Amino acid sequence: MLKVTNLQAKIDGKEILRGVDLEVRAGEVHAIMGPNGSGKSTLAQVLAGRENYEVTGGTVEYDGSDLLELAPEERARAGLFLAFQYPVEIPGVSNVYLLKAALNAVRKHRGEPELDAMDFLTLVKDKLKLVEISQEFLYRAVNEGFSGGEKKRNEILQMAVLEPRLAILDETDSGLDIDALKIVANGVNSLRSPDRAIIMVTHYQRLLDYIVPDFVHVLSDGRIVKSGGRELALELEERGYSWLEGDAQPAAQSGARAGAGS
Amino acid sequence: MNAIERYSADFARIENALPGSSIGWLQDARRDALSRFAERGIPTTRDENWKYTDVSSLEKRALIAAPSPDRADAATLAASIERLALAAEYHLLVFVDGRYDRDLSWLGRLPAGATISSMAEVLERDPGLLEAHFAGEIWPHGAFGWLNTALAADGAVIHLEADTVVEQPVHLLFLATGSASAVHATNLIVAGNNAKVTVIEHYAGDDGATYFTNALTHIVIGENANVAHYKLQQESAKAFHIAGIHAKQAAHGRFASHSISLGAQLARNDISTYLAAGSHCELNGLYLADGRRHVDHHTRIDHAEPDATSSEVYRGILDGGARGVFNGKVVVHQDAQHTDAKQENHNLLLSKNAEIDTKPELEIYADDVKCTHGATIGQLDDAMLFYLRSRGLDEAAARSLLIYAFAHDIIDRMALQPLRKRLERQLIERLPLGSTEVSFSELLLDGQSGTGQ
Repeated sequence: MLKVTNLQAKIDGKEILRGVDLEVRAGEVHAIMGPNGSGKSTLAQVLAGRENYEVTGGTVEYDGSDLLELAPEERARAGLFLAFQYPVEIPGVSNVYLLKAALNAVRKHRGEPELDAMDFLTLVKDKLKLVEISQEFLYRAVNEGFSGGEKKRNEILQMAVLEPRLAILDETDSGLDIDALKIVANGVNSLRSPDRAIIMVTHYQRLLDYIVPDFVHVLSDGRIVKSGGRELALELEERGYSWLEGDAQPAAQSGARAGAGS
Repeated sequence: MNAIERYSADFARIENALPGSSIGWLQDARRDALSRFAERGIPTTRDENWKYTDVSSLEKRALIAAPSPDRADAATLAASIERLALAAEYHLLVFVDGRYDRDLSWLGRLPAGATISSMAEVLERDPGLLEAHFAGEIWPHGAFGWLNTALAADGAVIHLEADTVVEQPVHLLFLATGSASAVHATNLIVAGNNAKVTVIEHYAGDDGATYFTNALTHIVIGENANVAHYKLQQESAKAFHIAGIHAKQAAHGRFASHSISLGAQLARNDISTYLAAGSHCELNGLYLADGRRHVDHHTRIDHAEPDATSSEVYRGILDGGARGVFNGKVVVHQDAQHTDAKQENHNLLLSKNAEIDTKPELEIYADDVKCTHGATIGQLDDAMLFYLRSRGLDEAAARSLLIYAFAHDIIDRMALQPLRKRLERQLIERLPLGSTEVSFSELLLDGQSGTGQ
């Protein structure tokens, strides 16, 4: 579904990604871990199409087409979803408008008819239960005045409504207490399916207790330096990241290994 | 001929044709006003109050009052009114090129203490009702205010005795057909103690017509009285529009002013209110300009007595090479303890060449007061745009939604549903929209019902 080859990107002249290789197939859940400043969030933002980052090399293939050629909205319509690390507050635009506009943009792209107000509300109410959000939430401005936990749940709500093919969760666990973490994890797990893939970017392995990944990759200094299964996360929990620094294996090889493990 | 000579000649020519020209105190007031205008002349950018608004282009044009404008044809007028009217149940007073047109107007049932009519009619029937308001310097007057008093041929009079409540809003529609090159309109709103009324002062002009509107509205708010005033300026894109709205609030009087500026090549609004003990005012404004257009709001709130509150929010959206000016002055007088005054001005600049000069001014002479103010100037936020696009909205739709939300903050403060709907639609027409247009505009329009407000 997603094939990242030797991806390099910089922001404000500073190189952040130095050749990332990653292959994700439908049905898989991948975790990308790494120390602060390793490029995890940059990778998520570049995949979603943030224009502040300049892609200086490499390719990204998504469902057989060149992802980097697509505008952010085209990526979204093609089924890519980024749950933001810092969801943006948008005063004056209510959650329900955004959900409806987003869903209809995606449906239009798929050649499906736009939902009318009734069908839309029925669908959304269903998804609200999943993330344990009250309906009153829908009529509040997007993320405005939300607590950290509410913002993250709102991201999962959007994801649940849009039903993406590829979901990228950027530090969705940060700032969550254990109850909120369980709710978020529950929302994500309910979306796991054989034709959908999930990439979780996280600093801590705590989230992985609740959303169990098929593969774990360690990103360090802009490259994936190690890939493995679930047990790699536990090892990282125990030993930290420092033992991996300077231990960079050729990135392409680790990517290939991750793919071969499925 | 300079502007003073031109307007003096204009006055000499029409003096005896003005309504109420046989009333001594009124002609004295008009002559006095003309001489005060002549003393001042058309302001220049050397005047502090006109530093950023250059009206020399107005000076250069011979825009003078036409004695008897040619009538636009009836069908055209009727179509314009049909388009501009807000709701069938609202009282509607139509002024064509500054003159009241009884046949095009519609007044519903009014309570006994209410007089709603034109200045010309009131001067014929009951001129005493107006005398106090023409007396000298009871109102803040700039040069254009004096010019207005000298030359105004008509306007609306809304006079409510104490305890009189006018249920339906009163819509004053000033329609410029372009056949008169200058219209000086004077409106007077008097709400006796405990009286209540909502007034919409609406200026609209035919596209492409070049003319000058000089409007002056005085509002007297009695004790516990409540006046909501909406000013909707949608003049022709070539028009000059200069307006003063000045209120005086007695103890516990309430005043809401909403100023929406959408049209004209040059628009200037001076809005002021004077607050007695325990009174409250709310001043809201929204201005949109593009191209080479210029829009200026000067507001002044005088907290003269204790325990009054004021809240002011103005928002502007400027595109192309447009220029905006906001100057909001709040004066807290020595006796005005426990004043609570809030002021905000936010501006969205959509192009590199757009410009805003914003200046909040606080003058505080009392010590136990709470006053806040803030001004912001910004572009559309990159992070917000990306967030919306990452949810599948194309760039134009994302921009539109953010611009709409920015402006809607002001519309949200308005109580009149038909006016809100009208403004929402006009706002949407000016947005870049994009390929999700159909569902997007629908989304915005059904938004109101969705918010449950």
